[in-house]
Amino acid sequence: MNFSRFTYNLGYFFIVAIMSLGCNKEINERNLSFAPLSPSNLDTTGGNWLPILLSNNEEFALETPEPITSQNYKLELQEVRSIQAKNELSELNNFNYWSAGSILRWNEILRELVAKYNLPPYENQDGTYPIPNPNNPLAYPLFPFANPPYAARAYAYVSAAQYDALVIAYHYKQKFKRLRPYQIDPNIKLKGPEINDFSYPSEQAVIAGASVAMLSQLFPGEQDFLQSKLLDCINSRLFGGYNVRTEIEAGLKLGKQVAQKFINRARQDRAGKAVGTPSDWQLFVTITENKGETPWKSLESPARPPMLPLFGRTIGFLIDTTEVVNGRPTPPPSTSSEQFQKELNEVLEYSQNATRENMRVVHFWGDGVGTYTPPGHWNAIACEDFVQLNFSEIRWARNLALLNMAMFDAAICCWDAKYFYFNPRPSQMNPKIKTLTGVPNFPAYVSGHSTFSGAAATVLSHINGLKSTQYNAMAEEASRSRLIGAIHYRSDIEVGMKMGKSVGNKAVSRAKSDGAE
Amino acid sequence: MFNLKSPILLILFCGCFFPLKSQTEIDGLFMGKRNICGGFVYGQSQWQKYWEGDYLRTNENIGQLKSRQMSFMANYGFTSKTNLILSTSYIQNFTTKGTLLEQKGFQDANLFLKHELWAKNINGFLTSLVAVAGVSTPISNYVVDYLPLSIGSGARTASMRFLMDIQKRDYFLTLSSSYIARSTITIDRNSYYTDRLIYSNQVVLPNLWNHNIRLGYRPSPDNYVEFTGEFNNSIGGFNIRKNDMPFPSNEMDMVRIGLSGKKEIIKNKGFSAIGGLTQTVYGKNVGKSFSWYSGLVYQYEF
Repeated sequence: MNFSRFTYNLGYFFIVAIMSLGCNKEINERNLSFAPLSPSNLDTTGGNWLPILLSNNEEFALETPEPITSQNYKLELQEVRSIQAKNELSELNNFNYWSAGSILRWNEILRELVAKYNLPPYENQDGTYPIPNPNNPLAYPLFPFANPPYAARAYAYVSAAQYDALVIAYHYKQKFKRLRPYQIDPNIKLKGPEINDFSYPSEQAVIAGASVAMLSQLFPGEQDFLQSKLLDCINSRLFGGYNVRTEIEAGLKLGKQVAQKFINRARQDRAGKAVGTPSDWQLFVTITENKGETPWKSLESPARPPMLPLFGRTIGFLIDTTEVVNGRPTPPPSTSSEQFQKELNEVLEYSQNATRENMRVVHFWGDGVGTYTPPGHWNAIACEDFVQLNFSEIRWARNLALLNMAMFDAAICCWDAKYFYFNPRPSQMNPKIKTLTGVPNFPAYVSGHSTFSGAAATVLSHINGLKSTQYNAMAEEASRSRLIGAIHYRSDIEVGMKMGKSVGNKAVSRAKSDGAE
Repeated sequence: MFNLKSPILLILFCGCFFPLKSQTEIDGLFMGKRNICGGFVYGQSQWQKYWEGDYLRTNENIGQLKSRQMSFMANYGFTSKTNLILSTSYIQNFTTKGTLLEQKGFQDANLFLKHELWAKNINGFLTSLVAVAGVSTPISNYVVDYLPLSIGSGARTASMRFLMDIQKRDYFLTLSSSYIARSTITIDRNSYYTDRLIYSNQVVLPNLWNHNIRLGYRPSPDNYVEFTGEFNNSIGGFNIRKNDMPFPSNEMDMVRIGLSGKKEIIKNKGFSAIGGLTQTVYGKNVGKSFSWYSGLVYQYEF
């Protein structure tokens, strides 16, 4: 063998290897290839669907638009034509992105913000922890800490506000019957699928107005980001030939007005006080000790105050506080009982026999720090299915509102149980238990993942019955991931799942009578 | 809530990088024709502080990150100018505090082809230029998105190193630079946040530069002691955010200094002992690790 030639051939091989590994770094991002939204049913009666907070579909007035024969309207058509005439690639890309659906994209924006803000504050030098301040959101620690309860509430408010805003918008669309610019002016090109309903007010602007108003409250440090997304969203409607500017302005105003109603509600839903005080935190310990049980302890070092301990008192959308208390699950096995020991040993078994497959499952459903949280995961699952189902914007909004109200209320019930029983995590009771993911900083009973997933699978099964088996299997896997991840006992996941399904059924009852089915 | 979440070829974040320091991809030495050499090395590394971006911090939920590593290597001399090197490692990573489960297993298989391009005696300075091409691939399905406990990056890599070795009497200087291309990796999640939210289970890892300087006393190829300096640079990547988990596509940079050496144990029988230690002195999104290794190599001529 000629070693010199051999060497050069190998050298050639290595260079090709470097090029192919190092230079070809395209990855497939699932949400960037969604097809444009082309509703199979325009849901023109959406204006009569049951709103969540609004008392009626004319609660906020909308000015009558100028006739299409007016000079002003002609100028507006001219604006659309000139935007289209520029024919810029960036505008086209922006249009393609937003054409997949506005409810979808604003939901993704919310998920991204949750992931960005889902970071627990770093400790002070003295071992205490700073608490994020909504009045100074950009100072460390950034406000908010978008942990699972905070996120569940955010998803619910944003989705519910979007839905109510669309109910009112769909009502006015039918009332004013304004045709779309591409239907009036043959020189305006339609850039996406034909959507032959009416264009005043622009439903995308209504969604954007409501979303930006809500998100500005929830993520006050993100004004610039939100304004730039708002602009992109509006531009896509003009560029696409779907709306003229006054239709957009009317929509933005309407969306903002509806959102204000939700903002007012949010200020009084008690979530703002969910952090509690050191004396509240101590009270949980005392009460639990008085019952003869071992109280929960933070496993973080330095010990971190429990996550949003008073969140269970928050006023939900589907269940009131009395129902939360009355529906509270029976106590978990006593920490001194044989049953408890049995369940603790089961967790130890999983900790000591962590298979690669178990790791995969635990990490797939982990949704911990720096992620969009379990409610966000279920929003992603829902949205990826909804894009296949060609819903109208209002049906998108309604379905996500049902899903997110259910998960918000599930969070409330779950947090109520966690702090009523205040029971310890497995690793607290047996330090030999090593975990496959981080131990969340709140009591074990009942499992949040299980409650969220039970609620989500129940609502999604109602919306998309064909996938019911899959949704329930996913929920079971998400729930089980906490047991095999060695951070929850069997009781936590089983009772949590039951609780979630029961809250999910509240949303299903609403779905059956909201006029959309 | 430090829950979870790489190698310069092996692993940067946990700092367990102990390539065999005898006729490896980072020296200018060659095995003779039809010589074969095999060896194993045991090493440990640990850190208590790590850089979160530029911020050097401790984490009481980790305590110390400790790593133990057993490496196996074989080197074959096709000719005295062309060597083939194979290596792999078994790694165990664990924390001294907190609840996170340890990780262990076989990491990657590495293959290097080393070829002397040019050699000349210039006024008593024995100077050579060497090219080293390498590829690596994971050999077990280890968890990659569980830093700092993951035992490797999970990427396939291809690398090209150019090396210059200068020897005057018994003193030598070796300078080299390597470019390491890394494949995208697959993680167990299907979305993740870098500086934006990405909906994919594929992660683009930045490619890497590794620059190396070695200076020492080398009376023979089997007897030397050297000072080492190593500069690792991630081409792109992002910083760990405050109190977030590390992630495989972080920008991981580090500068390490160390000492290493080799000594023939039994004259002319082919047995040598090797050993060394390194300290990370500067970094970004990596642990400030101290590590040492020691091992035995055996050389045989057909």
